[in-house]
Amino acid sequence: MNIVDILEALNRHWKLLLRLFIVVLVLLVVIDAIPALVDKDLAYTALDRIPGFWSVFGFFGCIFFIFFSKFLGRIGIWQREDYYDD
Amino acid sequence: MTDLWIHPALILLIGAALLPLVPERLRRGYILFVPALVFAQIYFMDHGMYGQVPFIAWELTFGRVDALSQVFGYIMSLMALIGTLYGLHVRRTGELVAAWVYVSGSLGAIYAGDLLTLFVFWELMAFSSVFLIWYRGRKESLSSGFRYLMVHAAGGVSLLAGILLYARTADSLAFNAFNVAQPGIGEWLILIGFILNAAVPPLHAWLPDGYAEATFNGSVFLCTFTTKTAVYTLVRGFPGMEILIWLGVIMVLYGVTYAFLVNDARRLLSYHIVSQVGYMVTGVGIGTQLALNGVCAHAFAHILYKGLLFMGTGSVLYMTGQSKFTELGGLYKKMPWTFVFTLIGALAISAFPLFSGFVSKAMTVSAAFYQDMVWAGFLLSLASVGTFVSIGLKISYLVWFGKNRCKPETWDKAADPPWNMNLAMAIAAFLCIFIGVYTPYLYNMLPFDYIYDPYTSAHVSKAMQLLLFAMLGFFVLIKKLEPKEVVALDTDWLYRRGAQLFYRAADKGLNGLNQKGENIGMRRIPTELGRFFAKPGGHIQWLLMRPFARDHGEAARLREQIDQRSRHGSYPVGVSVLLSVLFLSLVSILFFIF
Repeated sequence: MNIVDILEALNRHWKLLLRLFIVVLVLLVVIDAIPALVDKDLAYTALDRIPGFWSVFGFFGCIFFIFFSKFLGRIGIWQREDYYDD
Repeated sequence: MTDLWIHPALILLIGAALLPLVPERLRRGYILFVPALVFAQIYFMDHGMYGQVPFIAWELTFGRVDALSQVFGYIMSLMALIGTLYGLHVRRTGELVAAWVYVSGSLGAIYAGDLLTLFVFWELMAFSSVFLIWYRGRKESLSSGFRYLMVHAAGGVSLLAGILLYARTADSLAFNAFNVAQPGIGEWLILIGFILNAAVPPLHAWLPDGYAEATFNGSVFLCTFTTKTAVYTLVRGFPGMEILIWLGVIMVLYGVTYAFLVNDARRLLSYHIVSQVGYMVTGVGIGTQLALNGVCAHAFAHILYKGLLFMGTGSVLYMTGQSKFTELGGLYKKMPWTFVFTLIGALAISAFPLFSGFVSKAMTVSAAFYQDMVWAGFLLSLASVGTFVSIGLKISYLVWFGKNRCKPETWDKAADPPWNMNLAMAIAAFLCIFIGVYTPYLYNMLPFDYIYDPYTSAHVSKAMQLLLFAMLGFFVLIKKLEPKEVVALDTDWLYRRGAQLFYRAADKGLNGLNQKGENIGMRRIPTELGRFFAKPGGHIQWLLMRPFARDHGEAARLREQIDQRSRHGSYPVGVSVLLSVLFLSLVSILFFIF
């Protein structure tokens, strides 16, 4: 099977992939909460010990970057492509 | 020990010099043979000091081979081989010569045992690498190359000034760790030279400016050598210098944020060099054994995955002529293998478990937490979220999947690149996975004996949560990431636009002053003086006598008399007496005062 066919097949089943993705997300938080599976004895900080802390951190981190960069773009970082041309 | 030791950089320099003479049918074999020979020479070199030459009052050391220089030498020569394979089919001999001279500058700097040797190779890097930008041949590349050269020349001057000041107080010019607790002005200038090449903001703008304008294979070389040589010199010279922690953290976040702002795939990757080198600079600042091992490991892994990513976007540029997100999209159908390789590079830089970035980046982040630098640790973790979103997801979405923004001619041209480019990417992709899976390969090369296990359950769980929940955030806000046809201004504004403003100000200000000066000094004053000295006595008399004239008629008569007298040179005796009395009284006043 050709690699393009595999990618197209994945593309066709994107709804299934999305459901799988959500299951994986839930599992990640659940596993993080079970001390037998994830040993947090050597955690660096108290926040580290909260189950799912890094999930929240990752999600809001992503949102932060997207909005913060858009904000910077609007206040003057973004300029027309020919800005330096004249 | 010095006999029979051949500097790896020398092999490459001779190889580059002979390259134009090699006959066509041997060309491809020769091109691969030279960097392979360099790699073999580095691989089999024993630790020790080689090539020590007395020079004026100092001793130059060309070959300091130890664990630290070896790990950098190994990966750089390996990447030189991969990069050469990637550009094997390119016909421009000059470009390859420039690339090899650039690599030899880098290797020379890595193995240099004293500051003068370091400086010479440092400059060699700058002056050869600029050709990799100029060979692109566009008008923009030409000016971008000049800016690149100017900035590096400034950095070189700072480095040289620092070395000279340092030499006044130091016993020798040996390049070892400086006194980071109390650095003198010389050390500070050397540090500025180093961090300019490491692209620490605000001295970083040369990097995205130059690398995005370079040729498709030139940027594969560029992304490897300059910044990582600078990282090596920082590890060697400034371990534990605290300011580097904060500069590094700023770099990491700065690069990631700018990566969201740009519209060009190669510019985005360039900002991620700034960001990834930030991890290394932070590690140097922390300065513990774990942190320094982390710096070396991350430089090693970074060279491979960044090279791979530049090879991937370089393939897109080579095949389609495009690197802007607004001109690409949906290319997985036409360039599937390039997509797979680039994805591996993206997962490696994002520090996914089982990929190289995971086992290297973790060391620096852990070192920050171990030293109770909790804020640094959290900010570095935040940056890895941004790295994954902008490289792993944004590039994938805007170049490979997502809306097809290609023009018909771009789409028609798109296809997987020639075999050598694919093979180079495959080798780099393999190594990105191999390093992540089999950690002893990389860890055994590191300079310090420090046992570190990246695959603890807590660490894997942290990484997976960070990355996959960032992915969730990306899908939620995917509409916000539509590309725009814009440029993102950076500190190069100061010398691109700022320079224009400065030029105008200087033009108006200084040229105006010049013109005023010329008017007054060259035209008016000499004419006035000329007129005055034509009849000096007459003019003085006229100036003195005019206030006493009662009307115009008397003034005219007075003028006539004065003119007549000065023409004939006949003055009343009284005037001479008056002048003599004035002169004598002036002399006697001066005599009494002094």
